Amino acid sequence: MNGVHDMGGMDGFGPVSPQADEPVFHAVWEGRVMAMMRAMGAAGAWNIDMSRYSRETLPPDVYLSSSYYRKWLLGMELLLLDRGFVDAGEIAAGHALRPAKQLRRGKFTPADVERVMSRGKFGRAAPAPARYRPGDRVRARNMHPPTHTRLPRYVRGHVGLVERVHGCHAFPDSLAVGGGDDPQWLYTVVFGGRDLWGDDADPTLTVSVDAFEPYLVTA
Amino acid sequence: MTKQPDHRHDRHGAHHDHDQHHDHGSELTEMQLRVRALETILTEKGYVDQAALDAIVDAYETKIGPHIGQRVVARAWADPAFRKALLADGTAAIAGLGLVSRIGDHLVAVENAPGLHNMVVCTLCSCYPWEVLGLPPVWYKSAPYRARAVKDPRGVLAEFGVTLPADTRIRVWDSTAETRFLVLPLQPAGTEGWSEERLAQLVTRDAMIGTGLPKRPHEAAS
Repeated sequence: MNGVHDMGGMDGFGPVSPQADEPVFHAVWEGRVMAMMRAMGAAGAWNIDMSRYSRETLPPDVYLSSSYYRKWLLGMELLLLDRGFVDAGEIAAGHALRPAKQLRRGKFTPADVERVMSRGKFGRAAPAPARYRPGDRVRARNMHPPTHTRLPRYVRGHVGLVERVHGCHAFPDSLAVGGGDDPQWLYTVVFGGRDLWGDDADPTLTVSVDAFEPYLVTA
Repeated sequence: MTKQPDHRHDRHGAHHDHDQHHDHGSELTEMQLRVRALETILTEKGYVDQAALDAIVDAYETKIGPHIGQRVVARAWADPAFRKALLADGTAAIAGLGLVSRIGDHLVAVENAPGLHNMVVCTLCSCYPWEVLGLPPVWYKSAPYRARAVKDPRGVLAEFGVTLPADTRIRVWDSTAETRFLVLPLQPAGTEGWSEERLAQLVTRDAMIGTGLPKRPHEAAS
């Protein structure tokens, strides 16, 4: 979706403001939100692309004015409601009022913690040979799906070079909407800075994205 | 290294939590109340065990952080065979070090060289190599960084106090899939033959993201 989360190349947000000696969490509740999100995902309530999509669907003004973990909380509440794990009355009451919905992998317990400490596995068996090889010229498709995608707007329509092939991976555009893995080849595609940003751009700049095969056409 | 919050005596969750910047007894913020309520619901419904949530928070506060990446980079500087293995397959090479019990697939180390500087961003959300750097800092997840890193990296670097030669090529890696990128910075001149422990002191978190450079040799403890 063409949401405000797709920020590459936007102006007007001001300078980057690094904080010296920043704590891991700025308040206790931030850690609890992070842990709940990871735990429920690991228990099978949703996948990572559904959780990204839930944040992307927050109203633009809310997305832009909320801290990072506030967005996580709001997205998680949406996921819990949409997927039937919690209802609005329970959120309002602050207590469970109805029987639980079965989690695909069951309750998340301390024995499950180590499993969430690394990313999931996204490599999949390839249903077909890779269409592209390193060195191939490709164009990022001019596509604007109304749902989740991982092709940022700033590369759409532009021509780049395939640099690496990362194998065949589960496809976020499908996973985000409950469509299953739909495995696709994944490539690092490199674009010239001036191709993306025009003649005034830094001539030394190149930018790459990791693009799934359905995002690309031969150029 | 990041400082630890000073509430370690009070980490058992929803019924005791408080903002670390506030004293006990201060008014609870909207966010504290809302998060506490959600944790209560998920616990009462039997979806999560609070001790498991505690363990996740504890891991990111005390076990997983940039000290892991520092050791990886120091080894790559000290050991050419490891450097080669790291660049060929970051996941396998780092798994072989035994620093972390699990390492995600498709971790890609990208090497700076004279005349080439790499920088990592996630314009769409906040993708970051958690296993080797811990959770990302706020600025990495912020709109200014996500918006400008791909268009004006030199302007962003200036805000970190970094100025590169005008003819140094800049390569920005936008983390748009389940690949994760770790920058292997250039080893500072004058540190040849140093021990890995000493080299690790020169490796900053920002140098591994590409928004900083390693410390200079005199900044390491002897």
